[in-house]
Amino acid sequence: MTPQTTPQMSPDDNLDIQSTHQSETILWLAQRISAMVLAVCILVHLGTIIYAVQGGLSAAEIIGRVGGSEAWLAFYVTFVLAITVHAPIGLRAILNEMTKLSRKRVDLLCFIGAVMLAYLGLKVAIRFYNLGVVS
Amino acid sequence: MKASHRNHPNYWAFVLHRVSGILLALFLPVHFQVLYLAIKKADVFDGFLHWAEMPLVKLAETVLVVLLAAHLTGGLRLLAVEFLPWRDGQKTVVALTGGASLVIGLVYLLNAA
Amino acid sequence: MSEENVEMLSVSVWRGDGEVGRYQDYEVPRQESQTVLDVVTYIQRHIDPNLSYRFACRVGVCGSCAMTVNGRPRWTCRTHVSKVVEDGKLTVAPLKNLEVIKDLSVDMTDFFDKWAKAEGSFKGDKTRHDDFAEISPTDRKRKAASAGIECIGCGVCYAACDLVAWNKDYLGPAALNRAWTLVNDVRDTNDKTRLKAVAGDAGCHACHSQQGCVESCVKHLSPTASIAGLKRATAWAALKGGLK
Repeated sequence: MTPQTTPQMSPDDNLDIQSTHQSETILWLAQRISAMVLAVCILVHLGTIIYAVQGGLSAAEIIGRVGGSEAWLAFYVTFVLAITVHAPIGLRAILNEMTKLSRKRVDLLCFIGAVMLAYLGLKVAIRFYNLGVVS
Repeated sequence: MKASHRNHPNYWAFVLHRVSGILLALFLPVHFQVLYLAIKKADVFDGFLHWAEMPLVKLAETVLVVLLAAHLTGGLRLLAVEFLPWRDGQKTVVALTGGASLVIGLVYLLNAA
Repeated sequence: MSEENVEMLSVSVWRGDGEVGRYQDYEVPRQESQTVLDVVTYIQRHIDPNLSYRFACRVGVCGSCAMTVNGRPRWTCRTHVSKVVEDGKLTVAPLKNLEVIKDLSVDMTDFFDKWAKAEGSFKGDKTRHDDFAEISPTDRKRKAASAGIECIGCGVCYAACDLVAWNKDYLGPAALNRAWTLVNDVRDTNDKTRLKAVAGDAGCHACHSQQGCVESCVKHLSPTASIAGLKRATAWAALKGGLK
């Protein structure tokens, strides 16, 4: 009469229900804190773009502003790391709720996504910084 | 017909927040990689910036900014629900954040696009 | 009163169990101040005695008559036909997210099992020989508890919640709301176990604050607010000593 198994759960999910309470809570907190950091970063990023693009945009202008600047590097590294925490945790909820993938698989995919975002983001942030230093 | 128990502003706000989040998450790796390739040299970057001045690109940028602003303002709304004392009148908050994201998009469109 | 003068209401009622069934149409005479429960009762008494449905007090205090009316979960005894009828038509179905026993009656077992899983019952350490606990009604925690205490377990919020539909283990708004009132009850001694029970992807962290529960609660409670409180409480507990 009552459904025996639930579609979203697989046998290996049952084993670690206890330990997930702590980790789920920490993930929730990490996502909210990264959200607050991102709110500030986005406002700075958007504000800078809106201010800078007035009257046209050029490579020299951008590189002149962020190249060689430790402050801007620190800003963009913070920005990228916040994204690396925030986006994968968000996508994790979506995949768990809307697909039939196992929780373990979703965790793996999101971890890989996080690493990829960090790699691509830090790469470009460092390159921007180096452009200012070299020239 | 969509089940009418979902026909309320907070549900639409949830859908917008989720959809904008997915689109932004897909956009970001592209954004990072495109920039990385474009700034190899200053003249390549200038070429890229010149391409980005096309009206279609500007339109796409504006849509992106609206999505970003929607996700941001919606996110601030959620942070308020979760961390600040509860306030009734959540529908009003949804309306305000929706309006704010359009304003931000408009500011972008008028200044940077 | 002649037959031709009586206005008729077209009602589509779900018949069958959750898996096998269909909507069956009935014509019911309109009456002044008629509620949806009146309509269902009329069908069972005058047209089809095989219709299964549930009610008790029929005056809006017990929550037994909750059903899906034109897509939304409502207390049928408190839903006037005039407020919900669309083009002279009404659709009545069992509550969503719960297994259908027959027709309009659902199995509330899961709903109450989850209430227990969320440690939704009071556990104290005083006896009748101890003094009364002295709690000011203006105390912050007491006010938080009082804000959610009027829940009568009708299941309407559970039926309205998308996360309950998407996540079979999600404890749901009512159970979590009750847990929050107990977290704020200073006489309760079960906080540690309770916070652990409500944390996690089957607990408060599954909620995305869509507020389907707030929209549909007949007693105007805000389970979303309670769940937000649980998120803060569990985060604090996780940071301090872990949710063990």
